[in-house]
Amino acid sequence: MRALRRWWPLVGPSLLVTAVALGGQFLPLSTQLQVRSVLVTTVIVVALYVFVGNSGVISFGQVSFVAVGAFAAGLAAAPADVKPTTFPKLIPFLAELEIGNIESLVLAAAVGGLFAFIVGIPLMRLSGLSAGIATFAVLIITNNVLRNWEAIGPGAKTLSLIPQTTFFIQATTGLLIVMAVAYVYQTSRYGRRLRATREDAAAAQSSGIDVHRERLWAFTLSGVLGGFAGGLLVHQLGSITTQQVFLDLAFITLAMLVVGGIGSLWGAVVGALMIAGLNAFLAEAQRGITIGSFDLELPGGTRLLTLGVVMLVVVLFKPTGLTGSRELTWPFSRSRFPQPASPSEPLGSSPGGGAGRSEVEGVDPSATEQ
Amino acid sequence: MSFVQLLIDATALGALLALVAMGIALVFGVMRLVNFAYGELITVGAYTLVLTKGWPIVLRVLAAFVVVIASSLLMEVIFRPLRRATAATMLVATFALSFLLQNMFLFIFGPQGETIEFLAPLNRAIEIGDLRIRWITIIAIALGAVLLGFMSWLLGKTSVGLQMRAAAADFTTARILGVRAGRVIMLAFVLSGFLAAAVTLVLAVQRPLATPNYGFVVLVPALVGVVVGGLGKLVPATLGGFAIGFATVVLGDLLPSGSRVFLNSVLFAIVIIVLLVRPDGLFTGRTGVAERV
Repeated sequence: MRALRRWWPLVGPSLLVTAVALGGQFLPLSTQLQVRSVLVTTVIVVALYVFVGNSGVISFGQVSFVAVGAFAAGLAAAPADVKPTTFPKLIPFLAELEIGNIESLVLAAAVGGLFAFIVGIPLMRLSGLSAGIATFAVLIITNNVLRNWEAIGPGAKTLSLIPQTTFFIQATTGLLIVMAVAYVYQTSRYGRRLRATREDAAAAQSSGIDVHRERLWAFTLSGVLGGFAGGLLVHQLGSITTQQVFLDLAFITLAMLVVGGIGSLWGAVVGALMIAGLNAFLAEAQRGITIGSFDLELPGGTRLLTLGVVMLVVVLFKPTGLTGSRELTWPFSRSRFPQPASPSEPLGSSPGGGAGRSEVEGVDPSATEQ
Repeated sequence: MSFVQLLIDATALGALLALVAMGIALVFGVMRLVNFAYGELITVGAYTLVLTKGWPIVLRVLAAFVVVIASSLLMEVIFRPLRRATAATMLVATFALSFLLQNMFLFIFGPQGETIEFLAPLNRAIEIGDLRIRWITIIAIALGAVLLGFMSWLLGKTSVGLQMRAAAADFTTARILGVRAGRVIMLAFVLSGFLAAAVTLVLAVQRPLATPNYGFVVLVPALVGVVVGGLGKLVPATLGGFAIGFATVVLGDLLPSGSRVFLNSVLFAIVIIVLLVRPDGLFTGRTGVAERV
């Protein structure tokens, strides 16, 4: 029980995600497609959160790692017999390569991480808006190169015929893995050191924390997860262009994170599920759906308008996000202010021992984290 | 293209982006708010010109100024809850507004674009020797010079200008010394709306098709220029906007035609290098404490 409670900030969101994924199984086939897309978007937002949430540095650039991962996995997994004709300028190594599903996901994660590490070495010296614009520049350059250098990218064409393997199981497992990695990282010593620099960079530095190194770790990990998310995305869509992993995706995923609450895993998951879910629902509603005996058909264009209004209203009136940037709290505490251990449980039963100790234990783990 | 021709074209785009940059920097100065929705003010202006097709020119110009400045003031009201928010929240809020407005334009006017039909004859060129200069290029440079001169007079020589500069330097101290925060912020939005309307008029001649992202495509390079130049101060930010416009045209000419598609890569690689070397801005002078780890 204590272990469950300790891991609740990960277990709770995981249960929610699983419930959403399982619930999606009972929906019509076209809607299942939307549910998978929501799950993959959530993977991207959690990957973004690993860097932005823990470091407090705004980055528009994480989507470049998604893009690189998507095209690494997509180009490597597309059938080798059609690649030389569709992409005549592709370097022979990539054109002849044809690898399986799991291998391509691993490749995507590796390429995303490597790219993030190389880019991060100089960029992680920057803070504030300079960092934001520099990562924005990385995104522009990544897109520009993938779009125009046809030896390594698809160019302006659509990369298609990628095996569609991101179904219910792969989308859900992928998301659960990424969430677990994000949570283990943020509660590890590396994550806590980075969070200290977020709260007060000067104080953290004077306590001996190397801000540059901690940020670089998180940036690289976020690149690995982002690349992996790109791999999942390309295997979900089956075909992709460079414009699908560019500015729009960068802005919308950042907005999802802020709407949910930038500083917590729970916020990332809630924001992504809510906005991406709303997006999917409205897309379906534009095509016409029936809820009970009620027919709903929205005029075209209402989807993006509604999304814009919801994002603006949440950010303006709940600036810390829907979750207040807090982790999910254990729901079964008897009162808001936890009591010392109950008499039936012998004092000193916990390894730390002593009444004072158990009082501290009684406090919600997420509360001590803040 | 001759060298002088290149310099003139580069200066014209530089002047235009300098005006946009100044509009962004004015608001940032008093509110610490980077307004992504600033480009939509330009789009509003463009659609105003579309809707007033057939009116006398003077009335169309007047309508553009009135509507754009009113929209800018409306933005100020919308952003009021943000005055104490964090940088990330502000950024996403202005982006959300930009996203909403662009989709509203898409909803109302559709994606194809509407012709503006505003002073098209100004696109004719005059020939001086082997130079071909369009009238609108001359007007863009002249307007840029006049407005920048006017703004520096307003900020440098008048009482409201002094208050705005004080607020930009240290908002809290300025308030303690009796600067009225609400009024200064409102004035900043009026002035930045005024600049947006002026930019619209020049753009409407050069790019006569109004689309939902009409202003956004101008905003992005200007915003990059503002940060590269130095966000906290007006003059460096404006120079940054000028520099990015100037560099875009010059680089586009210098690159061999085969690799011209990589213009953005080269430009933004330079942006990254400048930010790494001078994170406080290219034109801010040595200010000492850099925001760098």
